[in-house]
Amino acid sequence: MLYNPHAHADPIHNAPALEARRVVASHAGSPAHALNGVSLRVPSGTRIALVGPNGAGKSTLLKVAAGLLKPQSGEVLLFGSAHGICHCRVAYLPQRGDLDWKFPINVKRLVMTGRYVHLGWFKSPAREDERIVDEVLERLKIKDLAERQISDLSGGQQQRALLARALAQEADLMLLDEPLNAVDADTRAVIAEVLATLKQQGKTTVIATHDLGRLETDFDGALYLSEGCEVPPPPGSFVGIDVN
Amino acid sequence: MSWLLEPFQYAFMINGLIAATLVSLTCAAIGVFVVLRRMAFIGDALAHTILPGLVVAYLNQWNLFAGAIIAGIATALGIGWLSRRQEVREDTAIGILFTGMFALGILLISAARSFRDFTHILFGNLLGVTVNDLILIGTITATVLSAIALFYKELELTSFDPTHAQIIGLNPDIVRYGLLILLALTVVTSIQAVGVVLTSALLITPAATAALLTQRLRRMIVIATFIALASSLLGLYASYYFGVSSGASIVLTNTACFGAAWIAQNIKRTRL
Repeated sequence: MLYNPHAHADPIHNAPALEARRVVASHAGSPAHALNGVSLRVPSGTRIALVGPNGAGKSTLLKVAAGLLKPQSGEVLLFGSAHGICHCRVAYLPQRGDLDWKFPINVKRLVMTGRYVHLGWFKSPAREDERIVDEVLERLKIKDLAERQISDLSGGQQQRALLARALAQEADLMLLDEPLNAVDADTRAVIAEVLATLKQQGKTTVIATHDLGRLETDFDGALYLSEGCEVPPPPGSFVGIDVN
Repeated sequence: MSWLLEPFQYAFMINGLIAATLVSLTCAAIGVFVVLRRMAFIGDALAHTILPGLVVAYLNQWNLFAGAIIAGIATALGIGWLSRRQEVREDTAIGILFTGMFALGILLISAARSFRDFTHILFGNLLGVTVNDLILIGTITATVLSAIALFYKELELTSFDPTHAQIIGLNPDIVRYGLLILLALTVVTSIQAVGVVLTSALLITPAATAALLTQRLRRMIVIATFIALASSLLGLYASYYFGVSSGASIVLTNTACFGAAWIAQNIKRTRL
């Protein structure tokens, strides 16, 4: 029995993986709009960057896309369907600081929670789930840490474990919030490799970043945000495909 | 060795022992989640808000458990409802309901003009447990423990990362309400053992001790239950041989275990 059995819709042919139209949203308890009429269109199979300084609304837009935050107005479509109906197909990578890293759980079990969307109530992980978890641990080069408690991980290892969980979900749309923020060079290289593989597999990724350095080589398009609004790309910066 | 068996030639001691065993099992197991989710305050509050339910049931000669369970579940849902839109923060909502309900209980007691009748509600009455009580406590223990086993992965995930739960369509609020109802049931049984005032000790102390000793969730549950069981037994002996309150002895034994674990932990840390 899946957690939300009504939440499955067949994808609409040729629909973009993610489409947000004039989204207005604010955080609970705050009167100011964190997003003020932002629109975004992410064609299936592309890799799109959300670029802007802290507080620009990148994380908020990802949260709205993931269904964690209800927009006050505007519309969000995933694979052409109205929101909240594609749990299996959407994975979300939170910022590292949003998690309680002291919680008593080991790396393998953390990554296994990525499989829960396919298990639902009462079902325990099967051998196939174990195999998938082993495989993603291998891909992120943290297989040797599988039995380690998450409180004993370095920042880069934590980030890899979180990305491993998102991969274990086998989603088609990956919403990644600052995956490269404050990680070591090895982790950067591993994550870059994983992102390249995702692209080859035809998966769609939307990545919030303030790291403008390598945009052109890594992304198909970018949406620039500042104070909750879309802004024109700074002169000379990467543009790529149209994302509106 | 005869002093080990001596207390249990009395039926009331055997009943007390069985009740203490069952109550410590449930409290310790669910207590681990209470501690990890930082819900210690709620546990204490639930124990207190049950008072008016108990009093009303007592005065009308209804089943005490039924009165307590209704009051407990009403509080659990009331807290969730009051704080659902975050206009009132959850800890504030708990504070308001907790004191309001407890005051209502005291008011009802004073209207009945008899504080003495209710001392066993406030401080527990382990040695007055009847066979019927045991059947109820046993049923609740079985319910709570099987619910924890059945929903273990959901409890673990929503305690650790409610955001991910929401992403995959598992509503963390449903798990939370479920846990609050289980907690209300647990608290009702532990009131029989240690009373309203000390109930949260059975929930929090063994779990907190276990959290000092291990970093693994399953092991934490096992260690917490072991500590709670041992403390109940030791507490009962102390109460028998020194003629002191059984509830207080059990709680103090738990507190001593926590103290020992804390000191051991600190010695280990300074040596490293």
